[in-house]
Amino acid sequence: MERVAIIGASMTQFGQREGEWVLDLLAEAGLECLEDSGVDASDVDHLYVSNMASGEFEGQTGIPNALAHDIDAMPAYTQRVDQTSSSGGAGIYAAWQSVASGASDMTMLVGGEKMTHRTTGEATDVIASLTHPAEYKHGVTLPSFAGLTARHYLERFDAPRDSLAKVAVKNHKNGVDNPNAQFQKEIDEETALESPIVADPLRLYDFCPITDGSAALMLCPESVAEEYTDDYVVISGIDGATDTHVVHEREDPTVMGGVVESGRGAYEMSGYGPDDIDVAELHDMFTILEFLQMEGLGFAEQGEAWELVEDGYTERDTGELPINTSGGLKSKGHPLGASGVAQGVEIYEQLMGEAGPRQVDADVGLCCNVGGFGNCVITTIMEAAR
Amino acid sequence: MTMEAYEYEDGSISYPGHPRGPGGTEPVDTIDLSEYTGKVVTWTTSTATPPGVREPNTLAIVEFDVEGETVRALGQVTTDDVETGDEVEPVHVEELREPGAGIREPESQDWDGYRFQPV
Repeated sequence: MERVAIIGASMTQFGQREGEWVLDLLAEAGLECLEDSGVDASDVDHLYVSNMASGEFEGQTGIPNALAHDIDAMPAYTQRVDQTSSSGGAGIYAAWQSVASGASDMTMLVGGEKMTHRTTGEATDVIASLTHPAEYKHGVTLPSFAGLTARHYLERFDAPRDSLAKVAVKNHKNGVDNPNAQFQKEIDEETALESPIVADPLRLYDFCPITDGSAALMLCPESVAEEYTDDYVVISGIDGATDTHVVHEREDPTVMGGVVESGRGAYEMSGYGPDDIDVAELHDMFTILEFLQMEGLGFAEQGEAWELVEDGYTERDTGELPINTSGGLKSKGHPLGASGVAQGVEIYEQLMGEAGPRQVDADVGLCCNVGGFGNCVITTIMEAAR
Repeated sequence: MTMEAYEYEDGSISYPGHPRGPGGTEPVDTIDLSEYTGKVVTWTTSTATPPGVREPNTLAIVEFDVEGETVRALGQVTTDDVETGDEVEPVHVEELREPGAGIREPESQDWDGYRFQPV
């Protein structure tokens, strides 16, 4: 099977994009990705759009076809990919499948979401609508799952509360050098630890913001990539997996089975293991998730990720394994359908040597995109082609 | 009213019930968890609640021991004064959140249920 290459990437400014709607954002990222890759819109065979809830947020459905028309990519086959917060990662998997299967010689993936016109309560409710009726009627939200899990983790593994704040501080620091991040502002531990409680023991700075934005990637077979460029990235391994829909039914609340299984599949396909990964983008929708993914992906033993964070292991400029060089969802923002694609954009730029002040020394990178509270997960491993 | 968990062919129990259990087997019986007390595994007090939900909203994951088989449930707590390890009992509430205030179709599910009250 021929390897699947990524030959272009783009991302819009993430944040509050007042007066711009999901179709505007998708078109902006899509056109920039075409330009970045040097591909003509008419050469796009498949066009995938990662999006969780444009119908619920905005009353706009049918967005893949709308995007194809707006950027003149017809008659490309189009499809929307919804896997809640992991729609972006699922889009990478769908785009990879379309190329790897031979069905498409040029696939563009555009992820996007418009959220900030809704109140925090409304946006939280749209996202919480993914929960089981037995959970939803209790007013369960994704942040409350994070609070429940964080308390259990801290108590069970005797981890200090400060260790979660260190994740927020690190990712905000990284976001300062990302001009597309929603927040380009450093915070200190004290600020994080004294911010308002959202889901005890977690506070405001343990959570990602509500965000508008879009990101895109261009995928094709390696033989086609070589017609366009000498420098590109290949997807070495990718896999997706699910865990229980009802979160409390998991045997161990600190283990995300979807992370473990998708990671195992991606490692197996790529031939790489945790020690081979030079840089990673993890789904830090909540600070506790960075610990759970580090452990599920084998970067740390269970209950020990917090120690690595305390030791600086995940720092961008000095750490052994820089995590969330982009600023992560925490500081870059989390426009649901765009986030997994934007993770891929960051790893692509790191492997291409195009990450500017965020650049780290990396040949192999990983991104892990989490939907729900670990309900659906996609892990992707990429490497520089040459 | 009952707090209905399913027991499956292989002896496993889940709350809520599913057409197939964690071992892949079919349900053979139901168990009313409201007749049991359980222990708080973890809890949180959520201050950013969606439309129609009380604020603050204290939630707990509670583990029940049903004749040697454990089953967990998540639900609201009657008080904000709760700790891990507390023993709680389910108490019935007619309306846990306001139907129709949020995005979910009110007719698509029921809205009564059980809160956990420290014993």
